[in-house]
Amino acid sequence: MSARPLRVVGQPVPRVDALEKVTGRARYVTDLTVSGMAHAKVLRSPYAHARVRRVDVTRARVLPGVFAAIAGADLTWCDPYYGPAYRDRPVLAIDVARYEGEPVAAVAAVDEATAEAALELIDVDYEPLAPAMTLEEALAPGAPLVHTGQPPAGHFADLATLRPQPGTNVCHQFHFARGDTAAALSGADVVVEDAYRFPSVQHVALEPHAVLAAWDETGGLTLWASTQNPYSVRVELAKMFDVPLARIRVVVPHLGGGFGSKTYAKLEPLAATLARAAGRPVRLAASIPEAFQTVRRCASRVNVRVGFRRDGTLVAVECAADYDVGAYADIGPRVVQKGTYTATGPYRVPHVRLESRAVYTNTTPGGAFRGFGVPQLAWALESLFDVAADRLSRDPVDLRRQNFLAHGEEFAPGDTPIDGKLEESLGRAAEAIGWNRTGAADRGRGIAAMLKASVAPTVSEAIVRLHADGSVSVLASAVEMGQGTRTVLAQIAAEVLSVSLDRVTVVQPDTAVTPYDQTTSSSRSTAMTGRAVQIAAEDVREQLLAVVAQRLGLATRDLALADGVVVAPSRRLTYAEALALRFGMSGGELIGRGVIAPGRTAAPLGGSTPFWEMAVGAAEVSVDEETGAVRVERYVSVADVGRAINPLTLEGQDEGGVVQGLGHTLLEEMLYADGHLLNGTLLVYRVPRADDAPSELECRFVENADGSGPFGAKGAGEGSLIPVSPAVANALARLTGVRLRDLPLTPERVWRALRARPPRA
Amino acid sequence: MKIRVIVNGRARELEIDAHALLLDVLRDGLDLKGAKRSCDMQVCGACTVLVDGLAVSACTYLALEADGRSVLTVEGLADGESLHPLQRAFIDAGAVQCGFCTSGMLLTARAMLAENAKPTRADVLHYLRGSLCRCTGYRKIVDAVLAAAENAR
Repeated sequence: MSARPLRVVGQPVPRVDALEKVTGRARYVTDLTVSGMAHAKVLRSPYAHARVRRVDVTRARVLPGVFAAIAGADLTWCDPYYGPAYRDRPVLAIDVARYEGEPVAAVAAVDEATAEAALELIDVDYEPLAPAMTLEEALAPGAPLVHTGQPPAGHFADLATLRPQPGTNVCHQFHFARGDTAAALSGADVVVEDAYRFPSVQHVALEPHAVLAAWDETGGLTLWASTQNPYSVRVELAKMFDVPLARIRVVVPHLGGGFGSKTYAKLEPLAATLARAAGRPVRLAASIPEAFQTVRRCASRVNVRVGFRRDGTLVAVECAADYDVGAYADIGPRVVQKGTYTATGPYRVPHVRLESRAVYTNTTPGGAFRGFGVPQLAWALESLFDVAADRLSRDPVDLRRQNFLAHGEEFAPGDTPIDGKLEESLGRAAEAIGWNRTGAADRGRGIAAMLKASVAPTVSEAIVRLHADGSVSVLASAVEMGQGTRTVLAQIAAEVLSVSLDRVTVVQPDTAVTPYDQTTSSSRSTAMTGRAVQIAAEDVREQLLAVVAQRLGLATRDLALADGVVVAPSRRLTYAEALALRFGMSGGELIGRGVIAPGRTAAPLGGSTPFWEMAVGAAEVSVDEETGAVRVERYVSVADVGRAINPLTLEGQDEGGVVQGLGHTLLEEMLYADGHLLNGTLLVYRVPRADDAPSELECRFVENADGSGPFGAKGAGEGSLIPVSPAVANALARLTGVRLRDLPLTPERVWRALRARPPRA
Repeated sequence: MKIRVIVNGRARELEIDAHALLLDVLRDGLDLKGAKRSCDMQVCGACTVLVDGLAVSACTYLALEADGRSVLTVEGLADGESLHPLQRAFIDAGAVQCGFCTSGMLLTARAMLAENAKPTRADVLHYLRGSLCRCTGYRKIVDAVLAAAENAR
């Protein structure tokens, strides 16, 4: 069976949802209405840090058209706290507002205008407190404390051992060490060291967060939510409202982008709370400025020391990283832990000491964002690699190649061995960018690599149904947010069951219908959910073969599936005919189940990554010396994906990843002054436009079918983003001699650095 | 107040508030959900529709200004079941990901092709400056627009 050539998997077929999207028929949360639905608006704190002495909603409550107006003090009927790492976040501020934009009160009314008008009638008595806005302020002795108590732990499996530092703003610390790093560094021939900063950036999914929440007459709750994690949202709500998981239904229509911003509960707790208070369904749709007040990437400052022997052998890495997780932990502690764990990148490093801290500040909560803590550290390590290459008089490509982990080599004791060929990605990227060819004098080239773990322990389940007419349903809870997961899952089922793609329907995630899936993040859906779908489809296939074998008195090995037909030596039965044999009528169905649950292991993070994501990026840049503006003229990304289930959608993912990476590399940074976010709208927060993208952009794939996912696939989608910053900065350094350590590489920063350059000999 | 407007080829008489935005009238009044609300300040292009053939941001365009004019939304782009060449090209080129920018991209491209039937890549890049996409990296969108222009010839 395995030798059979693939028909659908590996083909660049158009997305299964393309037609509904180009005709405007695809439905997103804000396109849905239910009978009696009210509209919500949120009153947010104008202060970064303030005591909330009193919130008076009585005037808002009596405004005609208002169904509910609530504040934190009203939430006595539920547990008002939530959060995946710590349950530190109240639905509405209780006693203290910890960041500008924190929800303080909320209104549900007959329409948005009435809700807006009601917000004007809410009186809040704030006592402003000194805020801690930056890592420096938050870590200073005597810093204002963002949280004074110790909040209870949340529900995340690999955060069983949270390590806060009581009496400080440090909410989690992570340590990882092997060997004798101090001795190795003191014995190294070349040690490079520097501090690198990564900015706070926002995902800018074009669809801001949105939820429609409705309680039913039996006390059950249904939400239509723009979430990447319906099952995680369900857990939070079940705890808050003390309702069994089975009574909470989270339905996920199309998402208008996610990028990590829609992982874990965001607005769902507030929408559900308001719907209960209003006694009717409530839609809460955030604006883009409110998305800036909901989640962002964890900014970081990291100090990294890297030691090499004269022959280029990497001997030690020491890293101290501080991540700004904002006012509430969200998943920040895991971002910090996972990012730090792979601070050594895709390299063999005998001596390692990594220490990192997740630090509360009075800013928008930091959370998951494509790359999940890895871009912050890859920025430092990959920049330092080029600094070291310079010191060692080595070619940066060669120095990387010399130190890469080999296929099958251990990354850390107990964790998954390296499952890809880094040298192949590197070689292809170098070749495509023309590394060894002489380029134009006004262009510089740079290269960078990355390694990222996926989430573990992890669970994905899937159900595949073969219906009486031979068509197929795939029930899985991977969320379609643009990455193409519905298409990939359909291709996998179509391949295994030998039906055409148009015979397969992937059901939208709905916790009442589609089975458990941990999360749509961590580049895991193709590999994990996809593998569960493959197993479920194989289960159906075996059932189908068994039915026919039994009825015809043959062995299953005598049968084969081809184009919706069971082929026996002397007979051909359509699937519909085969099912009619089984059930004695046209009706009934075969149901297959697939479960992926590798469980806990002895790996440092408590589970072995199901695959490693590996990629190399190569940039060719130019710079306007008059203005400092950097332009990425050409970019090549090569990702080791095992197998591209759909090269067309995969290419789209990686091209998008590169351009999103260019955002934090050249343009994007959330800027605060005097406790206020200065640029929380798209008018002043510039994301890449069409003309900012590289003039030539190529995304390629290494496919050796060596992944644990279906047909040898590994995850993809984050890998292309991570090398962008160091590849561009390395190119700029090779072109101009200027080495920048703070992102983004704005024209002003580059111009100043160019001006400060010592005259070249 | 009352306006007369042709929406996707069909004459409509609509009762609206003077301050009603075209986007709300289309989405809530006419149930045409293809135009999306995102930045709300004429930056992102997700709400783009055509008024007398010109691309406008429906999020900031007063519905009453459409009085006596013709509005085209993404729902009116195909000719019955027959897709517009831009729609076909977007599907084939993989220019659609999350889809939230897609209707605005399609209509902006249509307005451009009406002005300039033979755009260069640079023309397309310039014209799409008012249309943000966070998923694709733009290359496939630009390719799709160029392919549609080519096919229309």
